[in-house]
Amino acid sequence: MKTRLSNIELKNPVIPASGTYGFGEEFAQVYDLNILGGISFKGTTREARYGNALPRIAECGGYGMINAVGLQNPGVEHVVAHELPRLRELYKGVVIANVSGFSIDDYVFTSQLMDQAPEVDIIEVNISCPNVHNGGMAFGTSPEAAAEVTRAVKAATRKPIYMKLSPNVTDIVSIAKACEEAGADGLCLINTMLGMRIDIRRRQPIIANRYGGYSGPGIFPIALRMVNQVARATSLPIIGCGGISSAEDVVEMMMAGASAVEIGAANLINPTICKDIIEALPDVMAANRIEHLSEIIGVVN
Amino acid sequence: MDLQKMKQTQFTILRNEPLTAEVWRMTLEGDAAAVSGIRPGQFVELQLPGLFLRRPISVCDAYDRLLIIIYKVVGKGTAAMAAMQAGMQLDVLTHLGNGYDLSLAGDHPLLVGGGVGVPPMYMLAKQLREQGKDVNVVLGFNTQSEVFSEEDFRALGCEVSVTTVDGSYGTKGFVTNALPAYSSYYYACGPLPMLRALAKAVSHDGELSMEERMGCGFGACMGCSIQTVNGPKRVCKDGPVFKASELKL
Repeated sequence: MKTRLSNIELKNPVIPASGTYGFGEEFAQVYDLNILGGISFKGTTREARYGNALPRIAECGGYGMINAVGLQNPGVEHVVAHELPRLRELYKGVVIANVSGFSIDDYVFTSQLMDQAPEVDIIEVNISCPNVHNGGMAFGTSPEAAAEVTRAVKAATRKPIYMKLSPNVTDIVSIAKACEEAGADGLCLINTMLGMRIDIRRRQPIIANRYGGYSGPGIFPIALRMVNQVARATSLPIIGCGGISSAEDVVEMMMAGASAVEIGAANLINPTICKDIIEALPDVMAANRIEHLSEIIGVVN
Repeated sequence: MDLQKMKQTQFTILRNEPLTAEVWRMTLEGDAAAVSGIRPGQFVELQLPGLFLRRPISVCDAYDRLLIIIYKVVGKGTAAMAAMQAGMQLDVLTHLGNGYDLSLAGDHPLLVGGGVGVPPMYMLAKQLREQGKDVNVVLGFNTQSEVFSEEDFRALGCEVSVTTVDGSYGTKGFVTNALPAYSSYYYACGPLPMLRALAKAVSHDGELSMEERMGCGFGACMGCSIQTVNGPKRVCKDGPVFKASELKL
């Protein structure tokens, strides 16, 4: 079940996605985190953030959910000083630091602290958060801005830099290519899709922020398509993300071109989903005559 | 407080019965380990067919292998619950949230429940009565036809007052119209305006159970974080019970 991201080996391709896993503490109540291929911890910014007004969450039938949390986090200095040592006690595997910002300077500052943190293996630069104003996604919707963040963060760090891309764009391939040309070591896609729900009784949006990020099984086909498009157009390793909720989904996402996967919304409704997927994966591999996962990465291309 | 880890298990519905036109009581049976150690004020999350997010419901009582919840039909999730039959299985996360701190009750605790905020008061009253406390209970409803559980609290030996907004039963008005002259501490669950009025009406501190739309229900997603005097707190994990003095009401 082994796979690789840049020069880093993962014991399996299953990584809980940032924003759905905190710093692992809650999930350590129900399973040993050390079975995971990696952990992408809660998106971190330069300053502490409370995030958006409530409600931040909306149901989307059986297909998923909308969130507009707005990057609530205690700030990078607190994360490095308090959360990462705690995470290390619970988890000895590959740690991915998800960082976000409101300026190039923010991204560089936060990434540098993560680069120096001994617990962090990969820095995942979130240029795709749809839930904060004047930040996040603003950097992920044009190739020029995405390249500028990539170049600035690469110049200030030594660890592998993975750019987390937004699906809320007309041409994700041009943004992926811009990140590759600017020196990114890998890509992670997709972040949530901008969505909305309305409370028809109150005639008001359910989410206080009006719009939020749609995630869950409903976005899986879109994520798969985008991963495939990007895999065909770049040679960077890809972490595939979006609506994955079974071992079959993992295999499908890897066949589309992902070297590893992130599991997001599914963690919130089934806290043992990552463990369940890791345990089911050998049988799904055997049933599909897969000896090593490396055989199937991008096999449809 | 000694909090147990959350547990995800299957429960079987033993009974599902209406108490009023909109309020139902569901009795579930599961593993003793999935029930044991549930504290008053904690909640559970049910996985329901056709819905993505689990539905958080406060615990009314929990003992042996039984879990009792009382819920009001307010949307798709609770409507689906009301349609469920005895014998059906439900995937349930238990031991969620912090629960009320019984050690602060003093000699005359006051328990206040408003509408569908009444159920968590039952397990709390039961345990406080087992400790030999004199328990005052005030239950607030809109109108007589919505009143439930009054006799259950009397059977525990509590002093019970009921208020209705329209005066069709008990004291006319709100719970704050029927508060006892003396209480050592208070515990409450109900609509936010009720909690605000209560915290203003009582001179000493107490504990309030907050309600928010939740994502996960166990502290991972930050979907239900509120601002308190001690910074942001997750209603699902750091709460749902907070000291009134900690909240920005």
